Amino acid sequence: MTTALASRDIVTKVNAKFPGAAAEAGAEGALVKAEQLVAVMEFLKNEAGLEFDYFNYVTAVDYYSYFEVIYQLTSYKHNRSLVIKARCYDRDNPTLPSVTGLWQGADFQEREIYDLFGIKFAGHPDLRRIFLWEGFPGHPLRKDFNQ
Amino acid sequence: MTTTQEITLPTEPFVLNIGPVHPSTHGVYRMRCTMDGEVVRDIEPVFGYLHRGLEKLAEERTWTGTIPLTDRLDYLAAMSNNFAYCLAVEKLAGIKVPERAEYIRVIIAEIQRVAIHFIIVGSFLSDCGAMLTPMVYALRERERILDFFDMVCGQRLTYNYMRIGGVSQDIPAQFLPALEKLVKKLKRFIDEFDVLLKQNEILLARSKGVGILSKEQAINCGISGPVARASGVNWDLRKNDPYSIYERFDFSIPLGETGDCYDRYRVRIEETRQSLRIIEQAMQQIPAGKIIADVPHLIRPPAGDVYAHIESPKGELGFYLVSDNSIAPYRWHVRPPSLINLAALRDMVRGWKVADLIAIFGSIDITMGEVDR
Repeated sequence: MTTALASRDIVTKVNAKFPGAAAEAGAEGALVKAEQLVAVMEFLKNEAGLEFDYFNYVTAVDYYSYFEVIYQLTSYKHNRSLVIKARCYDRDNPTLPSVTGLWQGADFQEREIYDLFGIKFAGHPDLRRIFLWEGFPGHPLRKDFNQ
Repeated sequence: MTTTQEITLPTEPFVLNIGPVHPSTHGVYRMRCTMDGEVVRDIEPVFGYLHRGLEKLAEERTWTGTIPLTDRLDYLAAMSNNFAYCLAVEKLAGIKVPERAEYIRVIIAEIQRVAIHFIIVGSFLSDCGAMLTPMVYALRERERILDFFDMVCGQRLTYNYMRIGGVSQDIPAQFLPALEKLVKKLKRFIDEFDVLLKQNEILLARSKGVGILSKEQAINCGISGPVARASGVNWDLRKNDPYSIYERFDFSIPLGETGDCYDRYRVRIEETRQSLRIIEQAMQQIPAGKIIADVPHLIRPPAGDVYAHIESPKGELGFYLVSDNSIAPYRWHVRPPSLINLAALRDMVRGWKVADLIAIFGSIDITMGEVDR
């Protein structure tokens, strides 16, 4: 059984290395500051004892006042999983750092989020729309999208 | 004495479009290949031809009303999609599924796995040049399995069979005796199919050592399911994160060694055998009782988010759902194994010829309904 790491444990571990970078978000999952996202992810991936080597998925949710991006990681070695969340409050130009440098599997999924939510991933090697055509007006999964 | 000098003609790189409408792209998938003669130098996948906006559509339907949408994701394994979605909602709403329904779900999900592996093995062999003969026999057996889905829900492709809290209707009385016969028949069929093809010289030449995916890259790319297991990643959610009642069954996880097309083919053949083992055990243990929990027609799960995943025939199929305690999902996201399994395709095909590209692509096994959603 994959045990989900409790949010308090993640926050303690991350904050020991990056003070103030993470906060608790629900029972499972930690909210990480966007500026330190890649550094935290790299730490979670490579630190002995954590080794979250498998990147399950990334997706986004529009909560009107901010976008929340959800990352789920799994450690094959320790059979543990964890959820990392990041928020962007700027609705006109939401930007987050890309994690494609750490996990190749994030490539298409970040493009999908860019396509459907309009969140830009800084550092993504090929950030283009993936399902809709270039020039499509708006980003359909935003809650204020009108057809 | 003269030495033979190799004469190499310089070639201009050119662009070749494969798809979107091409029999070997398994749907409407397009690869923009940069070619050097017959050798693939680079490919750029182009998605979106089957994008229907299912994730947006789901936000305007009730929680139960989105089950038919899941059928349209991976339409070849609609039961698995039903299963994953219902598990996610049940986890979110804290619903306990009756024992009998759990067993029905497992039996149905496993025969679905056998059915889809038959298609994939058949079409992979077609892609390798064994034009249609293995496919015809594999599809003939799949038809027999579809009869069973027909029996439980009256549909042969998009079932809409599972419900939040159980299944929509009980299996008919003739289902289990007939399934017992079918399992015996399928075992014989798999053995026969396997013997004819395992050492087939043409298959070996076309697939051994072709399109190797290393274990490290498979993990890094988020690849799951038979593709990852063929590369030696010992990870199957039925064993490593057992959902439903999978911890009660005895089965093994077939693994490949080199991660080439042949291993991916072998892993699928072995998986069908293991699925039949699970079905046999489930048929013996299935209890009588209710088939659906007491769930209101319009369900309102408590506010919050949830992620639940299953080992679908393609890999890790998961649903990330957000509820705001209303009758419709606030966010309905699918973790599509088909899309994510394509992440390494570019590296796998570089340097191979076009014919190998088709074989490598066929061995990954994608369904466009799930890639584009």
